Amino acid sequence: MDELSTGSDSAYSNSWISWFLSSKGNEYFCEIDDDYILDRFNLTGLNTEVQNYSQAYDLITDNFDEEFPEEVRASLEVQARFLYGLIHARWIITSRGLAKMLEKYKKADFGRCPRVLCQQQPLLPVGLTDVPYEKSVKLYCGRCEDLYSPKSSRHGSIDGAYFGTSFPHMLFLVYPHMIPPKVGPPDVAGAGRGRPEAEGVGEGVSTAGAAIKAERYHPRIFGFQVNEIAKLQRWQEAHRDRQVLHLEALEQE
Amino acid sequence: MSRAHNLPSSSRAAAAQMTTPVDDHDVPHEYDDRSSENSEQSSLTWIAWFCSIPGHEYFCEVAEEFIEDDFNLTGLNSMVPFWKEAMEMVLDVEPEDTLKIPDVSIVEQSAEVLYGLVHQRYILTRAGLQAMAEKYENGQFGACPRVYCQSCPVLPCGRTDVPGIETVKLYCPNCHDLYTPPSSRYQSVDGAFFGTTFPHLFFQTYRELAPASYYNPLDPPDQTFVNPNPHGGQKRASGDVYVPKIYGFRVSERAKSGPRMRWLRLRPTNPDELDQVDWRGRWIGSDDGYEEDEEDGDNAAPMEDFDPDAGEDDDEESEEEEEDDAPPVNEPMDHGGGRRRAVAAPGVVEPTAARDASPSASSSSAVHTPADTHVPSPISRPGAKMAYAQDVGALADATARFVRVGVA
Repeated sequence: MDELSTGSDSAYSNSWISWFLSSKGNEYFCEIDDDYILDRFNLTGLNTEVQNYSQAYDLITDNFDEEFPEEVRASLEVQARFLYGLIHARWIITSRGLAKMLEKYKKADFGRCPRVLCQQQPLLPVGLTDVPYEKSVKLYCGRCEDLYSPKSSRHGSIDGAYFGTSFPHMLFLVYPHMIPPKVGPPDVAGAGRGRPEAEGVGEGVSTAGAAIKAERYHPRIFGFQVNEIAKLQRWQEAHRDRQVLHLEALEQE
Repeated sequence: MSRAHNLPSSSRAAAAQMTTPVDDHDVPHEYDDRSSENSEQSSLTWIAWFCSIPGHEYFCEVAEEFIEDDFNLTGLNSMVPFWKEAMEMVLDVEPEDTLKIPDVSIVEQSAEVLYGLVHQRYILTRAGLQAMAEKYENGQFGACPRVYCQSCPVLPCGRTDVPGIETVKLYCPNCHDLYTPPSSRYQSVDGAFFGTTFPHLFFQTYRELAPASYYNPLDPPDQTFVNPNPHGGQKRASGDVYVPKIYGFRVSERAKSGPRMRWLRLRPTNPDELDQVDWRGRWIGSDDGYEEDEEDGDNAAPMEDFDPDAGEDDDEESEEEEEDDAPPVNEPMDHGGGRRRAVAAPGVVEPTAARDASPSASSSSAVHTPADTHVPSPISRPGAKMAYAQDVGALADATARFVRVGVA
């Protein structure tokens, strides 16, 4: 991989995209279909965000033949990655992009939830903002519905805008049967095996009462709960119960 | 100075080299010097060596006096094989009987378990807590991986006090949750060597390090933070909770994939709100009698009472505005609480009594109160009380029979 990045000649056997995806630290990215990139409509507005847009674009699409000095080439490389990231953010919320990311999710390419009670639930990448150069990428756990920082600094330095704020929620909206259960081991490979099928329509599985089953940790000192924490947890659980009731009432309507 | 004494050190060297092939090369050397010369220039004890092994960064050094006091070891000798040899190894005492040791690596293992179990007890003492506090303030246990805990430092914690069951976890005082250590080298550290109690006793001792149970985003951050509850955490909490959005719009909770777990990280904006929930986890002010609901299994009736307009309002705002809601008056609120605490028998504890119990509990001991113990405490458990009452009833019956017999 390293030889490829330094060897800037045209002697690539692979495309720029496959090189980019295979380089270390880029494991979170998925491959954008060629025709998505080639359709300029999908890139509307990106030309104002990326410097040297057209060269960067040519680099991504492997139409880059011109010879440039090494420094120019390096800066173009940076712009090309940036452009790829921004297209990526748009691509992964299209139906084909979601399907590709779903495959990566099933392989747990984005890591697993560090929360003990989430039982190694696979994560999904998410940005805290859609504006580039603001926040690095975070990981969303569909089970505890919270955000975690990537373990590795390699991933911790990826721009969150390359994934966008909507992606994981869009994924679970489109694939409701992939919504992780709140108890038991994660069932990613089986894609909702053992749960009533709920493709498309949204009838069938109810998640209204899902939170009731969620496990939580109760701090204890010699087996006794700690007052302040127990009080907070009761308050939180009362909120949970109220929401569950509210959702169940909505469902009855 | 026999062969037997050199053996542990050599295997220790091997162990050290196995874990770090390069860096720790000088460590066993130093030890060997000591064992051969037995002079004061050597500083590395078994304990210091053990704590310096990569992966053992979470351990603190237990004071030798603590280990030497037999009282502190009560009950441990039944849990550790080769007790005597392990003790000698941990304390760097010359073994008396060299022939009995079949294999040094077994003793090494025993020594590790012994040290771990002593460590579990030691870090609950004042000196141990202090040693751990030093490590904590240096951030040696790492930080919470949760984004909105803003790198709150964490403490090692076990999920059981029995060795050999689960590896060490990390406890975040901000989200009160457990996390798997980020590095796989802690996968071989037993959680029992830290125990289930340690982090919580730690934050009871050092309240200034514990985040408070409420969070008001409007509080000016520069102002010094004071928790009105002197027994609560005295540090400003990081209380933001993630809100899932699609194209900038919050995901509705009506969606199947809508938010379900917000409660897990929620904090009230001021501490008084915590008192709106009684010790059974029910909203104070709502009607009692959820047990009847439960038993009848009649979900339809309370559902019909639910105000549909209020429901629509909630759909938009409930997540944000819940704090502002008056204590809910809807009967069905009890439903959930009842589900969780179905132990409570109907009518044994008056709702008012329960309510009284809660504030008094919070004002007294901060560590544990009857209300919080889910462990034997007859006063707080109506079920237990009832069982007790039945026992008394049976006793009364028996007495009556006895009396009758006596009379006859």
